[in-house]
Order: sequence, then C-alpha cells, then structure tokens
Amino acid sequence: MQLNNKNHILELKKPDIRELFFIAMGGLVLLFIIAPLAGMFINSSLGGLLDAAKDDAVQKSIWLTLWVSMAGTLILAIFAIPFSYLLARKNFPLKRLITGIVDLPIVIPHTAAGIAILGVISRNSVIGKLAKEIDFSFVGNPAGIMVAMAFVSLPFLINGAREGFASVPERLEKAALTLGATPIRVFFTISLPLAWRSVLSGLIMMWARGLSEFGAVIVIAYHPMVTPVLIFERFSSFGLKYARPVAALFIIVCLVIFIILRLLAENKNARS
Amino acid sequence: MLEVRNITKTIDTFALKNISFEVTQGEYFVLLGKSGVGKTVLLEIISGLLEPDNGHIILDGHDVTKEKIQKRHIGIVYQDKALFPHLSVQENLSYPLRCRRVSRKEIYTRIEQLAEDIGFMPLLKRKPETLSSGEAQRVALARTLATEPKCLLLDEPISSLDIQAKSEIRALLRRINRSGQTMIHVTHDYEEAISLATRIAVMEDGKISQVGSPYEVFQHPKSEFVAKFIGIKNIFKGELRNSGNELAEFVTEGKRFFILSDKESGTGSMVLRGEDITISNTNLQTSARNTFKGIITDIEMDRLSSEVTVDIGIEMSALITRDSMKKLCLRLGKEVWINFKATAPRYIEE
Repeated sequence: MQLNNKNHILELKKPDIRELFFIAMGGLVLLFIIAPLAGMFINSSLGGLLDAAKDDAVQKSIWLTLWVSMAGTLILAIFAIPFSYLLARKNFPLKRLITGIVDLPIVIPHTAAGIAILGVISRNSVIGKLAKEIDFSFVGNPAGIMVAMAFVSLPFLINGAREGFASVPERLEKAALTLGATPIRVFFTISLPLAWRSVLSGLIMMWARGLSEFGAVIVIAYHPMVTPVLIFERFSSFGLKYARPVAALFIIVCLVIFIILRLLAENKNARS
Repeated sequence: MLEVRNITKTIDTFALKNISFEVTQGEYFVLLGKSGVGKTVLLEIISGLLEPDNGHIILDGHDVTKEKIQKRHIGIVYQDKALFPHLSVQENLSYPLRCRRVSRKEIYTRIEQLAEDIGFMPLLKRKPETLSSGEAQRVALARTLATEPKCLLLDEPISSLDIQAKSEIRALLRRINRSGQTMIHVTHDYEEAISLATRIAVMEDGKISQVGSPYEVFQHPKSEFVAKFIGIKNIFKGELRNSGNELAEFVTEGKRFFILSDKESGTGSMVLRGEDITISNTNLQTSARNTFKGIITDIEMDRLSSEVTVDIGIEMSALITRDSMKKLCLRLGKEVWINFKATAPRYIEE
C-alpha cells in the first residue's frame, strides 16, 4: 500500500504532456458539471432559499418525493436483490437477453416509460380495474408515482447488487454449504453480508434516481406534486427566478442525505 | 467406510473417468496428481457440492450420491482456507454449530475445546485477514472439525503455507488422523503424500492409475507417468533383452545395464532412483553389477543432499549427502565412477 502511494506521488511529480492534457480535459468535465449547479446557488439568495423552505407546498412535495422513492426502492428490493443474485451466479438460457431487458428503463425516454406504465395501471387496464374494485386508483396517487420512479431506477439496484454478488468468492458459499448451512442461510449469512456494500450502494443509487424522476412521473401523476414536477410548474408559471430556490433547496436536501448515507455505509464497511 | 464407485464427470474439456476407490475407517488416503487433473472436482463430488454424471458415493453402507450436502457429514477444507472474512475467528468456528442449532453455551464450550486442541486460543477475537496462513489453516481445520465429519476432505491444505507452517500443519494433520479421523487429502506434492499417507492413489488424466502404500507407489511405480511424476529423474526408454537364464540386459542409446527383471524381452522404460546410485573416485570392486565412468555435468544442492548428474554417455542423476560431496571433492567436470546394483533399477514395460 505504502509502495503504491509512493509510486503515485512519483507519477504526480513528473506529469508528461499526455497527462497534462488529460488533466485539463478532466478539469473541463468537472467544470461542466459544477458550473451550472454553482451558478444556481450563486444566483439564489439565502432569503429566497429560506422562503422556499418555509413554503408549505415545497415542504410537502420534498417530503413526498423522498418517501415515495424510498418506499419504491425498498419494496422492489425484496424482489430485485434475489434476482440480482441469480444473475450473478447462474448461467441460464437467454441470460444476455434478460440482462438487456433489465437495462431497458435506462435507455428508453422516460416520458415513453411513463406512457407505457400508464397503459398498465390506468383505470382501463386489468390492474387498474382490479384496483378500482377496492376503490383505488394509481393515477394521481403516490402509488402510481412510486411505480414510475421504481420503473426507471430499478436497473441501478439490480446492476449494483449483481456486481456485489459476483465479487463474493463462490468458494465461501461452498464452504458454508459443507459446514451444514442451507442455501437460504448461506445467502443471508455469507452472500448478502459480503455483497452488502454494493447492494447498499445500489439501493442509494436507485433511491436517488427515483427522487429525480420527472418524465415518467408527470405522465402518471401531475398531482400530488413531487419536487421535480413542482420545480417545472414554478418555472413554467412564474419563471426562472421562482423555480431556482426550490431547485437549490431540493439539491441541498438530497446531497445532505446522500452524504450521510454514504458515510454510514462506509463506516459500517470499515467496522466489518 | 467411504466408497467412491465409478464416478464420471465431464466439465467443459476436462473429464473424470470412472474413478473408483475405497477408504477405510481411520485411514489417511492421499490423492496424488498434477494440478488440473480433477482432484478438487472429485472432492467436491464426494462432499456433494457437485453432482457426478455417473457413479455413486457410498458412506457407511449408504448411498449418499443424491443426499443433501448438509446431511452427508463430510467436511472439506480448501487450500485458500475459505474463512468468512466478515466474521471473527470465533464466529467462523461457531458458524457450523449455529447451523445445527447447538445451544449458545455448548457452542462456547466446544469452541474453547477446539481452540485448545488445535492451538489458537489467543486468535478467537481476530478477523481472518489478520491471521498468518498457518493460523488461518488451523482455524479452517477446526471449523470443519466442529461439524464432526465422518470423513474429512483436504484440498491441498499445505501447498500455500510457508515452510515453518507446513511442518506444523503436517504434524497437526497426523495428530487429527491418529485420533481416528478418516481423511482424504489431495496434493500434487509427493513428499507430502509420502509423509502423511497410509495409502496413495495416483491420479492421471482423469483416471486413477495406481493405488497403494507410499512404499509401493514410490518404489514400484506402475507407469512411466507415475515414475516421472514422483520425481524419479532416471528414466530411460530402451529395450529389455531377457533370455530368462541369467540377468536381463537393458539397452538404451548404446549403453547396457544389468537389470533383475522377470519381464519378457521388449521395449519399455528403466527407472532408477537417485538414492540407489553410488559415486566413487576410482573403479571399486563391489557387488554392484553396473559400473560406469563418466563426467559430472551438473550439481544441484539441496539443504541436506545434492543431486549429481553424471554423463556416462547418457546422463544419470545420483542423490548423495553433502558430506559425501565434500569427502569425494566432487565438482563440475570431474571424472568419477558410478555404481548401482542390478536389483536397483525397475523395468516398466510399454
């Protein structure tokens, strides 16, 4: 480890032309990401931010966005984590096709995803009709929002968890089996704990991606308003000046939560 | 006790072909073969991790081929130890006991007992990554012994250890075996096999080519492969001329050796262990029927012995002590005589 650090320092001491060029490129990329966000914060006053934070509609929408995305992530996790394990461990016919299908939500336009989901859960669909029987409707309901968020963000969890499981040496699972553990026990005591870091990271990514979803959500539910929809509404009705503080506030809330989660995840990992 | 009957298994390009052997209670059975010959696959079939294409595993008279792994009572220890990195040594040891729903109190007593027997008491709270390879192997052994297996399978348990740990673990394995534990140990190291085994099975090309006591396998290899594999360097292809009346002759590259053999004339190999060749500075009159003059072309030193290669028209390797090396003042290029008895070489027909 020390040796690696030493090499690293030596490398930094003598950057060649190629490296300088790459560093410059990297700087531009970072600027590309940071500049608009920084601009937004610079242009929104503290007073504006506080006003937005006090706004009842904003508070409600942020809270709604956070919990709906969280609920979708947790519910889908029950199905997605065992599925990721299968994808990591087993070879079966059409595996490539299936991993391709898992990635579909990432590559299709999200409004199109919203339209597709609406076809399944609208009042005229089979599921919609069944829901109607118990006097329930997905459209315009947090449950519908949750479906939309989960649909577009699920690949992040599946892919993250799959990588985590793939990195667990199969031999440890075999050893556990020979020590008398049932396959289910092996999964919960060996595979999942050892893959936990990647699984958790997948959960956080899925949640984060769900929070930021706009396209699919707006097709299914304009109301109740999740924050991305609220930002859009403020922008289209009142203009940039009114949308900016809400956007900035939402970013702050998300960043704080993610940083805390990441730190917790790393601490847990360090301890284990 | 454990019977492996006609096991066949094909995985990609590699195949186990009709493997059969029997291990008796309390035996230390070593499967000796090059890496990649299918030894680990065979162990995984015995333990139930892999299903054979054909054949049966019989344990104590019961066919366990289709039995669940958890119910087989066969333990396996891997070369890489396979300790669970997220659990402490103590948790690793209690893992098999928890699977069997042993009470907390009993787990504690059994772990203490094991730690004392195997000798790693101070390590209990440590994480596997902080252990030396020898310590980790002790813990892995103890963890498997905690399951009280009827048969203990060891997959190259010594190969990756340092010299000090090697001899410690060897002694430990012997001790475990002496307590009555039946063991099957796979290795590519013939010295390990000789040092531990009550019986050795040699695996070659997916098959078992020879089963016998270490002495039988070592002194009387059945095929050229076995002879080469266990490190006998003096192997010559040639022709045996046996009239049946007197000593047979083995002819190779124009050299003639006297050899005691009841095999019929024909082509084959002569194998001769380096330990059976003596070196002298002059042509001594001895009972040895084979005496040749040659030049030393190579000397390979070991800790205790030296392997001296002498060119007598063909190259022969003699294993002698370092003491003799000094007394005879052996060095490269020196002219010496080599002698061996006609009873020393072994002829393996083709």
